[in-house]
Amino acid sequence: MNSKYMFSLVAVIILFLLAYIGIETAGLYTLFGIWIPYAAVFIFAVGVVYRVVDWAQSPVPFRIPTTCGQQKSLPWIRHASIDNPAENNNVVLRMFLEVVFFRSLFRNMRFDFNKGNKFSYEWEKWLWVGAIAFHWTLFVVVVRHLRFFTEPVPLCIQWLETLDSFLRVEFMTDFLQIGLPGVFMSGLVLLAALIYLLLRRMFIPQVNYISFSADFFPLFLIMGIALSGLFMRYLAKVDIVAIKAFTMGLVTFHPVIPEGVGSVFYVHLFFVSILLAYFPFSKLMHAGGVFLSPTRNMANNSRAERHVNPWNYPVKVHTYEEYEDEFREKMIEAGLPVEKELTNGG
Amino acid sequence: MANNKMYDKGKIVAGLVIFAVMITFPFWFNLGKAAPAPELKLTEKAKAAKECVLEKAEMKAGHMQLLDIWREKVVREGSREYVNTKGKTYQMSLSKTCLDCHSNKAEFCDRCHDYASVNPYCWDCHIDNPKEKK
Amino acid sequence: MADDLLKPDEQLGAIDHKIPKKGWMDTPVNIRKGMYCYASNPKSVEYLSLPNARKWNPLEEDWKLPENWKEIIYEGLRERLDRFRSLKVFMDICVRCGACADKCHFFIGTGDPKNMPVLRAELLRSVYRNDFTLAGKILGSVAGAREMTLDVLKEWWYYFYQCTECRRCSVFCPYGIDTAEITIIGRELLNLIGLNIDWIATPVANCYRTGNHLGIQPHAFKDMLDFFVEDVEDITGVNVEPTYNKKGADILFITPSGDVFADPGTYTCMGYMMLFKYLKERYGFDVTWSTYASEGGNFGFFTSHETMKRLNSKMYAEAKRLGVKWILGGECGHMWRVINQYMDTMNGPADFMEEPVSPITGTKFENAKSTKMVHIAEFIADLIKHDKLELDPRRNDNLKVTFHDSCNPARGMGMLDEPRYVIQNVCNHFYEMPANTIRENTFCCGSGAGLNAGENMELRMAGGLPRANAVKHVHEKHGVNTLACVCAVDRAALPPLMEYWVPGVEVIGMTEMVGNALIMPGEKERDTDLRGEPLPGTEEE
Repeated sequence: MNSKYMFSLVAVIILFLLAYIGIETAGLYTLFGIWIPYAAVFIFAVGVVYRVVDWAQSPVPFRIPTTCGQQKSLPWIRHASIDNPAENNNVVLRMFLEVVFFRSLFRNMRFDFNKGNKFSYEWEKWLWVGAIAFHWTLFVVVVRHLRFFTEPVPLCIQWLETLDSFLRVEFMTDFLQIGLPGVFMSGLVLLAALIYLLLRRMFIPQVNYISFSADFFPLFLIMGIALSGLFMRYLAKVDIVAIKAFTMGLVTFHPVIPEGVGSVFYVHLFFVSILLAYFPFSKLMHAGGVFLSPTRNMANNSRAERHVNPWNYPVKVHTYEEYEDEFREKMIEAGLPVEKELTNGG
Repeated sequence: MANNKMYDKGKIVAGLVIFAVMITFPFWFNLGKAAPAPELKLTEKAKAAKECVLEKAEMKAGHMQLLDIWREKVVREGSREYVNTKGKTYQMSLSKTCLDCHSNKAEFCDRCHDYASVNPYCWDCHIDNPKEKK
Repeated sequence: MADDLLKPDEQLGAIDHKIPKKGWMDTPVNIRKGMYCYASNPKSVEYLSLPNARKWNPLEEDWKLPENWKEIIYEGLRERLDRFRSLKVFMDICVRCGACADKCHFFIGTGDPKNMPVLRAELLRSVYRNDFTLAGKILGSVAGAREMTLDVLKEWWYYFYQCTECRRCSVFCPYGIDTAEITIIGRELLNLIGLNIDWIATPVANCYRTGNHLGIQPHAFKDMLDFFVEDVEDITGVNVEPTYNKKGADILFITPSGDVFADPGTYTCMGYMMLFKYLKERYGFDVTWSTYASEGGNFGFFTSHETMKRLNSKMYAEAKRLGVKWILGGECGHMWRVINQYMDTMNGPADFMEEPVSPITGTKFENAKSTKMVHIAEFIADLIKHDKLELDPRRNDNLKVTFHDSCNPARGMGMLDEPRYVIQNVCNHFYEMPANTIRENTFCCGSGAGLNAGENMELRMAGGLPRANAVKHVHEKHGVNTLACVCAVDRAALPPLMEYWVPGVEVIGMTEMVGNALIMPGEKERDTDLRGEPLPGTEEE
């Protein structure tokens, strides 16, 4: 069992050492600072587009939404328009709630076998809470990082920063000072959610049983990203202006390696690069796939409007004529109407 | 990929365009701009002093931490004197020490803060420092 | 009921949801008696011209596969990836969050971890990754890939025939991954090398030849309905003789042949006949039954998309031949999944018919305007709403009723309130099962998708346990003694399930209850219901 997550943990540690040693001893600044990030972004963009186009090249032959509520039928029966959409605007709403609020996961319930008599199914919100916390904070963190990639920094990003640091966390001992720079909640919640998702994968027997190393890897990797980021912001303190000058160089295609930025930054950047490059080849593509899931993104209206299957082909059928030919005599005897009467010799 | 035909092409392409626009945002947003680190202007007084409370690199990355500690010392512990590694003594005060040399907030503090999109709450109180106005 | 079943208490006590120490890829399949259905009769496979017809036994080492079976499976999978976006996307995007794990009735009832929907899909996915993805090719088992072997194939067969395609997992999946879709395509692949089960293949062959799963020939079909005519006449004094294969009838009625063949479906069938007679007398309703399209169900759906289409084609063909205006469909689960989500696409357009309008109420069935097929529950609900039926619900007063949503009408259609409306208008005592076990959360009878054979009784009782457990709850709490449903497979599968887990609960079709309550023009005073049981209030006299 342990081997599954140990493998991924070791992989992430090796990646860490690669970047750390690459910078500290080999001084491969250009490789880790410029070439790998560019390559990663390229692989990510092209890879994701390739995967989506690949999916798109398979048609959706049948209209197979999973209906999770009352269909639209008689006008006086209340129609569950979101969970059983009959029109496209209902589908858009259903997809919005699915993509943004994980509506299906919100339904999750835990089965319990109370030995000896009754089963129970209780609302299980923690997976949903963990998933929402993780994805939303990851989103906020990514958007916040745009301050390193835009000049001037758009107002909305500044607002997001204000909002994110709304809760003023301050803490001071002889060893540790937290408070300036201001604490962003998103980073901490992201780390907490990652830890929850990791622990659940490790210690809930069912979830552990179905997990591969490939399921632990992104957790450890993103955790590595979060930890290196938090470390730079709150403990090590890096020259933020130098870093922004560097990242702005990257996005304006005049990258210059900054002076005096420590190897932790390159570890952070390398982890992000690995995540981007890994994305299109992994389960992380669920981010794109969720939009293409035929059980969610279609209206349940194939009785009202014909859905066309592009590869529909004729099949061998047993025609009425063949049927009557076989049973004509018996049918006539039973008084069933037939198309052709018995011929001589029948 | 056998037939190379895309189904639901309109929606797929629209989705991919949105994706492309989003991930390339930093590239097109800054198109044609060069955004190097801002140059800081030192006042005559700062130039003359030659050195700050800590090493330049340390100040650059960690001045906010130092200020936070100073505030703690002054407000909570009533201690007002800071001795740096070189043995030099400073009064722990943003207004009286830092801004005494760096009296050009707009050309010194703000340039970096704006560049890095940092909005420190220091100025909530210290913004009306008379020395700033000159 | 099979003798080798454990007693219910022992069976319940034996369920263990403990997860094994050894990983699932390293645990070879153990094909166990009671959990699988017999291999198909080669004659049936041959009749359908499906591949590799031969006699074989799943318990034997040699499954008599074609030599190039791996190639056939590989090519088959490749072809289906190109044809079904659902398959391709579902192969790629599962994150193994585990939300589906405890949603499957087979996992709940057996405790076998490979019955967790995610793992059922992984059986196929692991091979897909190995053969079709870069990560799988490079990283192998680390990325969850494994090579296709005979053991893997046997695992596919065993577990794809332990899924009833009920879609409950799909409700909870954050990406809507539908294990039914994976099972459907998995079975389709297995069929390419002749790995089918007899409980599916033989009904399919029968249906292809005679028009119905049970192989009832036209004259016998009429005989059976005649028999019901006599029964109904005994009970009500009214002759409900239907018409058959009548050209120019307004409406063609198609229902699963199970209703013609076996109790308690037969009582539902009597209900249909009484309703049609009532409507004919009162409103001149003109409906006909077909012997050629005498099957609403479609076990082809459990074989392959192509076989489904071959069987389903008879509905439109017969409607066209007879020149009816639209088709009325009886109570059945998977039949309605096929009609709602596949029929028009496969065998349409049905432009030779008219948009369905109730000749009695004038209601336009807008939701069926392209397929031109209306569900009997929609049809009756509309009649009752317009007060077109004279009903005496007191005749069902001996019934304390709960309603079982069949998987397919619930999650492949969303027909939830129409049958409830009908049932609540024909009886006075109705109690819902707990909310987490009905409507879109409904639990399967455990025998759907062609698994209601006799030899897999242990599997069926295990799979039906969550449903039975919820019935037991209302049975104990409210004294519920009747489990109503709108599905012929349910009517075949639920009685033994109830007998095993919740003795004292009978299974009834919606239209049987309508038949009981319906006051027929010119009927005599009834003293029994359709089953010959004394009507409430008459027992004492």
